[in-house]
Order: sequence, then structure tokens, then C-alpha cells
Amino acid sequence: MHSDTKAPLALKLSAIGGLVFLLAPIALIFLYAFTTEEKSYQFPPPGLTLKWLGVTLGRGDVWQALGLSLKVAAISTSIALVLGTLTAAAVARSRFFGREAISLLVILPIALPGIITGISLRSAFALLDIPFSTWTIVLGHATFCIVVVYNNAVARFRRTSGSLIDAAMDLGADGVQTFRLVILPNIGTALLAGGMLAFALSFDEVIVTTFTAGNQSTLPIWMLEELVRPRQRPVTNVVAMAVVLVTVLPILAAYYLTKDGENTAGSEK
Amino acid sequence: MTDHAIFPPRAGLVARGVDWVIRHPRMFTFLMILPIVLWLGIVYIGALIALLMQSFFSIDEFSGVVKHEFTLSTYAELLRPSNFDIIARTVVMAGSVTLASAVLAFPIAYFAARYARGKWKALFYIGVMLPLWSSYLVKVYAWKLVLAKEGILNWVFAKLHLTWALDGILSLPVIGGNSLSVSYLGTFIVFVYIWLPYMIIPVQASLERVPGPLLEAASDLGATPRQSFRMVLFPLALPGIVAGSIFTFSLTLGDYIIPQIIGSGRLFIGQAVYTQQGTAGNIPLAAAFTVVPIVLMGFYLWGARKMGAFDAL
Repeated sequence: MHSDTKAPLALKLSAIGGLVFLLAPIALIFLYAFTTEEKSYQFPPPGLTLKWLGVTLGRGDVWQALGLSLKVAAISTSIALVLGTLTAAAVARSRFFGREAISLLVILPIALPGIITGISLRSAFALLDIPFSTWTIVLGHATFCIVVVYNNAVARFRRTSGSLIDAAMDLGADGVQTFRLVILPNIGTALLAGGMLAFALSFDEVIVTTFTAGNQSTLPIWMLEELVRPRQRPVTNVVAMAVVLVTVLPILAAYYLTKDGENTAGSEK
Repeated sequence: MTDHAIFPPRAGLVARGVDWVIRHPRMFTFLMILPIVLWLGIVYIGALIALLMQSFFSIDEFSGVVKHEFTLSTYAELLRPSNFDIIARTVVMAGSVTLASAVLAFPIAYFAARYARGKWKALFYIGVMLPLWSSYLVKVYAWKLVLAKEGILNWVFAKLHLTWALDGILSLPVIGGNSLSVSYLGTFIVFVYIWLPYMIIPVQASLERVPGPLLEAASDLGATPRQSFRMVLFPLALPGIVAGSIFTFSLTLGDYIIPQIIGSGRLFIGQAVYTQQGTAGNIPLAAAFTVVPIVLMGFYLWGARKMGAFDAL
């Protein structure tokens, strides 16, 4: 749907107003990372400095939290890749008793509010006397990461022809060879996309993590503690900016990578 | 699939095992779904059922120990004024956030779908994707900066000589407070900000599918802009709005971090769950509280399905 007529002024103004509402708070993060004010959130900043970038780089607790976040995200994504792909293959390829139930089961952890996943895991850990550790965090994260891998993989499996696999088998490839040489190249990009989403989801997760982390801090937990009881505002400002940068760059890259394809497809009339 | 393959059986126990499984499709499927059934069945469903069972237990008021016998008294406790207020407050907040998101999202989605070209299209894409993908906590933190007493919003109001207007709004009963960051109004603004992209995307998707000539035909046939919006555009966008409202409603119902950081200190369902299971140690009541959003979302999804929202996702 597009039109050659000009947009009514009121529509244009409210759309641009909406855009400012969406982007201004994020822009503000960049300004505050360089403020010289340490005790409050004063605007406009009394002065600008690069000092806090260096201070943040030297902070052990930030690096430790970042390390734990990366570790948890990597392990959870790996588990989600294996479980999600297997389930997607079974659901897309064959009909069996309980197939609908399985696809509902996979979606449930993300459809219900995170607090429900969090508190049920916590009370289960308490019932079974399981102490909090990195693995209890992973257990929660992998559970809701499975669904994004599953969604990507199941869509790809539905488009991949099953006769390819039969042909490979008929030509004498064993199961492992078929998987490595035929199935994996076909679903590779879907798994990459699903894996990246799962990684991002785990890296940013805070609600389930507050219930399963015990005393450990992932980066979002570190951020949350700073939000509830601000102790080192300048360092928090810099960490917030770094987190935004990490998310902005892939979005810009994805946009410029897919933009050209759209234009040649004739979307610009 | 036959047992008499053209090729002789492969050597090695592993290869034979793999081949045997592949020749028995039912076994193959079973082995593929076994891990997920074990994982989600034990880790997730097991934990969920264990939690829900606890909502039928009660806590001894004097000793604070959970009594393991079936009772509905914990659910009755939800109806106590103090607890029922928490539920009503959360539902009203989720409803108003959903309504405001729909009103704000519509012009953005409509402009992006119908008029934006080239650079503007890129700006609108980034304008929606960036807040969507940015870290949840960083966004909440950004609003702490915006709403702070010494922050940018008060500064803008002061520069425009409108401080009296802001004070007027804050002096309103219920929604007001000492400053925006400790009022319902502040909580509301942050909720709307955080969930707005989840509304824009499905609304824009449903508007992209509305043919432009349809609206031109409406105005050719004499409809005023208001009439063509009410009778053509809005009904066609409605499934997208309902789809978006599933996210805004459900996410607000379950959130406990935003009202904790920016709010009046009065509890929402999520916070009630958190304090009941944590400091208060009343797991049965916490479990009963979690049943509320589950039931509400069940009804909501059932209604949304009737309105065709799932086709718009």
C-alpha cells in the first residue's frame, strides 16, 4: 500500500512525534555516557569527559558479569540449537500422536509471562534442593531459547524437499553423511538466524534470571542492581551505551544488507 | 523403506545402529522428540505443575509453615481488598497501556506503510527496530534519566515556561505524585514506551496489505476522511491491533521490574509474586497470584482468536 498524494499534516506530525518518542531516550544514553556529573541525572550535563570510558574498562565486576552472560548465552544457545532442530525436524517431517501438543509445549515458555517460568523453576529448585549455579541459569535460558530456534528451523524444514534426503540415502550415504552433506547445508542459515536470536534473547534476559541466578551476576542483573540502588552512575551510563552499540550495529548491518534486494524486487513502484 | 536394501549392511556397530533407526521411521521420530519431551516435560511442565499444586496449599498464619493439604483458602485470600486491589490495578494498567499503544502506534504505522519512501522508510524502520531490539533494562534506565527531577523532561517544561502544567498534572489524585518517576503516570509512560514497537509491527503489517485504491475509492464515493477511516481503514487494521494488543497486555500483566523502578511503590501482580515467594516466604499465595495472568491471558487469547488476530501475526 502506498500513495502518491502527500500525507495530511496532522498525520505527518504525529508520526514524526512518535518517532522522536521512540528514539530520543536512546539518544540520551549516548549523551549521559560522557557527562561529568556523578551524583545525579542532571540535564543538561555540566561538562563532558571521556574519563568514565577508561574507568569502566578497568572494572572487574563489569567484566565478570559480561563473561558470565556470554558463557550462559553460549551454552543455552547450543542446547537450544540441538533440541530445537530435532523437534523441528520431527514436527515438520512426520505426523505422530501428540504432534500438536509438542508445538504448543515449545511455545509455552515464551507465551506465558517470564515471571511464571522464573518462579516455577525457583520453587522446583527449592523442592529438589538444587543449589543455584551457572547451570540453574542455563536451565531457565535454554527453556525459552528453544522456541526461537524451533520457529526458524521448522519453517525451513517445511520448504526443504524430503526427497533430497531419500536420494542421498539411496545413493549410499549413511545417516551421519546425509546429515553433514545434505541436511546441514540446507538448514544452515536458518540455524544461524535462530541461534543469533536465541543468543540475543539469553544475553538480555533478566526476569527469569533473577529467580535462578542466586548470588551470581549476569550483565542484566548487574544493570538491575544499579537501577534499583544506583551506586556508580557514571559506570552504569557507559555500560548502557556499550549495550546499545552492541545491538545497534547488527540492526544497521541487517538493514543495509537486505535493502538492495528490496529495491531490485520492485517495491519502489 | 525395506529391510532388503540394495546395499549390503554397513560395517560397524554405530553405522548399523543408525541405519536400523532410519529404517524404522516411528523409532526415528520417537528418538527425535524424546529430548524435548524430557527437557520441557521435566524442567518446565514439571516445575509449572509443582507450582500450581502449591496454590492449593495454605500457609499457617502463626508458624509460617506450608500446610500440605488441599484447600481453596489461598484463592479466597486473593479476594481480600489488599490483594484484589493489586489485581485490579494491574489489569487497569495493562488495559490503558494497550489502548494508548494502539492510539500512538496507528499514525506511525500508517505513515510508514502509506507515505514513507526512501530515506524516510529507512528512518521509520530503524526507529521501530532499534527500541525493539535494545536491551530492556537500558530502555528502562533511559527513562530514569528522562523522568528524573533534575532530568531533561523537567528542563524542557521549564524552558517552555510550562512547569505549572506539569505540576498541575502531578497534583491530580491517583495518577499523580511527587514527581513523574514516582507516579502511576510515570509507570504508564514507560510501559507504553517499552511495548510500543510490539504494537507498531503487526499494525503496520496489516496496513501494508490494505490496497491504496480502496481508500481512494472511498473518498471518490464521497466519504469524508473521518468516514473512510471509521468504515474502511480501521476495520481492516483491527486484526493487527488485536494481535499487537496480545503482546502489550500480556507483557504488562507479567512485568515486575518497571513498576519497581519507576512507580508509586504500590504493588503490581508481578511484584506481589516476587515478594510473596521471596521475603514473605508465602509460596502458596505467590502461586495463586501467578494463576491470575494465566487465566486472564487464556480468555484474552480465546477472544483474540475469534477476531482473527492470529492470521495477522
